[in-house]
Amino acid sequence: MKFDTPATTNPIDRGRVVGIPHDRIDGAAKVTGTAPYAYERHDAAPKPAYGWIVGSAIASGTIRSIDLKAAEAAPGVLGIVTYENAGPLEKGDFNTARLLGGPKVEHYEQAVALVVADTLENARDAAKLVQIDFAPATGRFDLAGERANAVKPKASFGSEPDTSVGDFDGAFAKAAVKVDQTYTTPDQSHAMMEPHATIAAWNGDMLTLWTANQMVAWGVGDVAKTLKIKKENVRIVSPYIGGGFGSKLFVRADALLAALGARQVGRPVKVAIARPQIPNNTTHRPATIQRIRLGADRNGVIDAIAHDVWSGDLPGGGPETAAQQTRLLYRGANRITTHRLATLDLPEGNAMRAPGEAVGLLALEVAMDELAEACGVDPVELRIRNDVQFDPEAGPQRPFSSRKLVECLRQGADRFGWNRRNPKPGQVRDGRWLVGMGMASAFRNNLVQTSGARVGVDAEGRVTVETDMTDIGTGTYTIIGQTAAEMLGVPLEAVTVKLGDSRFPVSAGSGGQWGANSSTAGVYAACMALRAKLAEKAGFAADQTDFEDGLVKQGNRSQKLGALAGREGLWAEDKMEYGDLEKRYAQATFGAHFCEVGVDVDTAEVRIRRMGGAFAAGRILNPKSARSQVIGAMTMGAGAALMEELVVDTRFGFFVNHDMAEYQVPVHADIPQQDVLFVDELDDKSSPMKAKGVGELGICGAGAAVANAIYNATGVRLRDYPLTIDKLLRHADGTAIA
Amino acid sequence: MKPFTYERATSLEQAAKAVASVQGARFIAGGTNLLDLMKLQIETPAHLVDVNRLGLDKIEKTPEGGLRIGALVRNTDLAADATVRRDYAVLSRALVAGASGQLRNKATTAGNLLQRTRCPYFYDTRMPCNKRRPGSGCAALKGISRGLAIIGTSDACIAQHPSDMAVAMRLLDATVETVDAAGGRRAIPIADFHRLPGDTPHVEHTLKPGELITAVTLPRPLGGTHVYHKVRDRASYAFALVSVAAVFGKDGSARFAFGGLAPKPWRVAAADAAAPSGAKAVAEAALAGARPTEQNGFKQGLTARTLASVFRQKEAAA
Repeated sequence: MKFDTPATTNPIDRGRVVGIPHDRIDGAAKVTGTAPYAYERHDAAPKPAYGWIVGSAIASGTIRSIDLKAAEAAPGVLGIVTYENAGPLEKGDFNTARLLGGPKVEHYEQAVALVVADTLENARDAAKLVQIDFAPATGRFDLAGERANAVKPKASFGSEPDTSVGDFDGAFAKAAVKVDQTYTTPDQSHAMMEPHATIAAWNGDMLTLWTANQMVAWGVGDVAKTLKIKKENVRIVSPYIGGGFGSKLFVRADALLAALGARQVGRPVKVAIARPQIPNNTTHRPATIQRIRLGADRNGVIDAIAHDVWSGDLPGGGPETAAQQTRLLYRGANRITTHRLATLDLPEGNAMRAPGEAVGLLALEVAMDELAEACGVDPVELRIRNDVQFDPEAGPQRPFSSRKLVECLRQGADRFGWNRRNPKPGQVRDGRWLVGMGMASAFRNNLVQTSGARVGVDAEGRVTVETDMTDIGTGTYTIIGQTAAEMLGVPLEAVTVKLGDSRFPVSAGSGGQWGANSSTAGVYAACMALRAKLAEKAGFAADQTDFEDGLVKQGNRSQKLGALAGREGLWAEDKMEYGDLEKRYAQATFGAHFCEVGVDVDTAEVRIRRMGGAFAAGRILNPKSARSQVIGAMTMGAGAALMEELVVDTRFGFFVNHDMAEYQVPVHADIPQQDVLFVDELDDKSSPMKAKGVGELGICGAGAAVANAIYNATGVRLRDYPLTIDKLLRHADGTAIA
Repeated sequence: MKPFTYERATSLEQAAKAVASVQGARFIAGGTNLLDLMKLQIETPAHLVDVNRLGLDKIEKTPEGGLRIGALVRNTDLAADATVRRDYAVLSRALVAGASGQLRNKATTAGNLLQRTRCPYFYDTRMPCNKRRPGSGCAALKGISRGLAIIGTSDACIAQHPSDMAVAMRLLDATVETVDAAGGRRAIPIADFHRLPGDTPHVEHTLKPGELITAVTLPRPLGGTHVYHKVRDRASYAFALVSVAAVFGKDGSARFAFGGLAPKPWRVAAADAAAPSGAKAVAEAALAGARPTEQNGFKQGLTARTLASVFRQKEAAA
C-alpha cells in the first residue's frame, strides 16, 4: 500500500480501540517476570556457555601480541575468540568502529577477546588472565581542542550539514537586539535498564541470535555482512527489550562475539556487555559545542538566526545534528546552520533519544530565553511571535502538515500557571529555597519509514499480527493490537501480537520516534488487505463492508469473522510505503515545556518542583503509554540538564565514570510531579493513522526549561551542561545565591 | 571474581583465628561493597569468613549511659532504632542519607566503617592506583577529581572516604571495639581508626590482620540540636560532594564533622571552637591546609555554604 495523498476518513477514525488509554497487553508478563529477555532464553537455546568480553586497555594503538595460555588453562574455559582466530570479518554498515578490535585498537574498551566458559564466574575470572601487549599511540580526545580541526561532514540521513537563506551577516549586524552565545553539552550514555545481551546458536550454517535489538532487519543485514554469511542464514529474535534509547539500534559486540564464540565452541553462547563496559564499549550521544546568534527587532521578532555546531567522532563517523530544529522552529528571513565534525578517538558517537534536537534545544531554547529577557518580552509570547506555519528555509510553498506549537504554548502555560512567574530573576523565596519558573518549546522531526506486517484470523475469530517491529518498553505491543482490533472490528483482547522476529515481515523498527506511526500504518495496510480477502470470501463489495463486533457486514447481512476465516484461517500481508508528502509538507511534532525549580540559597542544590508540558503529535494512539513516553523523556531531559555527563579523561582517552554509581541519572526523588497534556491534532499527511511520533518529543526542550527555571530562580545563567553545583557557585557573584 | 573458599564462623575467636591464619582472608558481613569489588577483582580474597551468625546484631545501653551497637546491626535497623532516633538523631539522619533502602537492609555497622573509596580510577583495574596496586601511581591527582578529597590527602592518593554513617560516628566520638585472634580486646577511638594515605594509601585503618570489629559504642547522648546535611549531584542515591554533621548544644557550643572532603571522616577541634563566629569561620578552621585540585576546589566554598545551611536549619529547629 502506498501513502501518497493525504488520508481521508478511514476505519481508524472510529476511535473505538485506537486512542483509548489501554493498559499494556504485555504488562502482566513483564511485571511477573514471565516476559523472557534475550539473556534468559534458555528455553530456546538450552545449556548455553557463557562469554565474557575483554575490552581494550588503551584508547588508540595496536595489539603487539596476545597470550592466551593462562586463560585457556583456567577452570571451565571452552574457547577464546580474538581477531587472530575469528576468521575474516567485515564491518557492519551501521558500525563506525569494529565490534572485535585487533590488531588495530580504535577506542578504549573496544572488545578484543571473548572468553567462553562453562559458567559466568569462570569466564569472568579467565578474562582477567588474557595477556595482551598493547602498543599505545597518541589519540585525539578533547573536542574543544580539536574544534579548529573540525571539517564539514557529508550529508547524514538526507540532511545537509550546512544551510543558508538570505543574508544572515547583514541582517544580524543591523538587528536591534542580539544574542550571541556559545553553549556546550557533554557526552551522554543511554543508561537503559537491560544491558546489551545475546544468546547465539548455530544449526549448521544457520545462525539464530536471541538478542536485544531495536532494528531487527538492520541487525540481520549487519550480522550477515560482518560474518560474511548469507542474510537468509541469520535469524534475529528480539521480542522483549529492556530499553534502548538508540543504544540498541545497531548490532553490538555482544551479538557478534556470541556468534563467534558459539561457532568456536560448538554450543550456544550467551554474552551480556557488563554495565561498567557499556559506556566505553558501545555508542554514546556525542558532546557538542554550539554557537547561537539571534537578531531580532525590539519586539523580539527574529530576522536573523544562526546555529553553528561542532561535535566529534571516530574516523568514518557522523556529526551530532544539533542545528536540525533551528531550520524549522522559528521565523526569520536570514538564516544559517552549520555542522562541523572533528576526529576524536573516543568511543563511537551515535544516536541517543532525539539525536540532534535533544541537545540542539538545550542551546536554542536557552538562547531564546536570553532573547526574551533582552527584549523584555515574555518567553511564551516571544515564541508565539516567532511562530511560522511553513518551512522557513523553503518558504510558504512548503507548509507544515500540521503545526500546533502556539496551541501547546498557550494551553501549556495556562495549565502550569505561567502567569504567576516573576520575570525578574532571584525574587521568589520559599524558606531556604529560591523558586523560579522556566519554559521551552519542544520540537522533533516526524519521520516515516516503510513498514510491513502479516495479519491473520482463525476459526474462533482471534486475530494474530506478526511483524519484526520491536517494543523497547514503549508500548508497541498494545498500539499494534489496538490498530488490528480497530481495523477488524474485534476487541483488543481478541488480538495476539507477535513482534521482533526476523521471520516476520520487515517493519520500521524502533528509532527516531518513527516506530509507533510507521509500524501501525504497516498493520493498517495488512489489515486492509485482509479486509478485502474477508469481504471477497463473504461475497461483499469491499468498499461497502463494515467490520464490527466480530462480524463482517454489508447492509443487514453479516457473517462471523471466524466462520469466514475457516479452519485454515485467513492471512494477508502488506506494507505501507510513502510517496513524497514529506517533501511537500514539513512534518514535525511540537510542544511546550514548563518547569518550576527550587535552588537552595546556601548550597545551590537544585530541586525540580514540578514539570508540565503540552504536546501535539497527531493522533495519540494510546494516551496512557504515550504519557509514559513523554514523562520518561522529560525525566531524561531533567537528567541532561542537571547531572548526566560522561566525563572524558583526555590523557587516557576514555569515559571515566563508566558505571551507574558515577554516571548519574535522575532517581525518583529528583522528579516529584509531571503533568502532560496532549493537544488535539490529526495529521492527515503523516499516515493513514494520522499519528506522528511522540517517543522523543518529550526530551526535546525539557532540559532547557530546567535551565531557564534555574536562571529565573537565581539569576545565574549557565551555558555548559550539566548545570551542577560547582558551576552555579562559580557564577554566583552578583546573583541571588551570592 | 577469583575462586575463593568460604566458611561460616560460629564464634568470635574462630572468626578472628580463621582470618589471621589464612593469607588474604577477609571477613564478610553484608557484602554490599566487598562483593562488587571481588567481581571487578579489585579485591581478591582467597578465603571468606562469614560473620553474620555471630550474634553481633544487638543495640544495648551501656552502663555509662551510652549505646553499644553490634557490628552486624544493619544500617536500616540502626537508623530506625527508637533510641538512636531520639538521642543520636544525627546518626539516624546520616544513615538514611546513604545508599538505597535495599543496600541499607544488608549493609552493617562495621562494614560501613570499612567501605572503600569511590574514586573512579580505583574502580578501573587498567588504571594506575596506589590504593589498589601500591606503587603504580595515582591517575586521579591530575585526572578527573571533582568528587575526590581536598584535605588529608597525599601525593600518592586523593581518594575520599564515602561513608555518611562514619561521619556521624566521628562527630559522636564513637569507639570501635574489636577482638583479635589471640582473644585480645581493644577499644579504638574512631578518631584513630581510619588512617590518612601518606605514602601507604592501601592501608586504610588500624585493624591488625584478623582483628574483628565486634561493636561500635557511643558515649552518653549530647542532647542539643542535630543536623546532617548532605550535598550531592542528585537528590538521593549518590555519594556526598560535601556533607556536614553537626550537634549544637544549648550552651552555644557546637561540634562538626565532614564527609566527602577527606580520606576519613573529617573533624577538627578548631572548627568546633569557631562555631560562635559562624559558618565561614568553621569552614576555614576545618579546611586549614586543604590541597584541592583545580576540579574540586569548589568544595571549599561549598563546605562554608553547607555549614551556612546547617546553621540556618539549626535556627529553624530551635
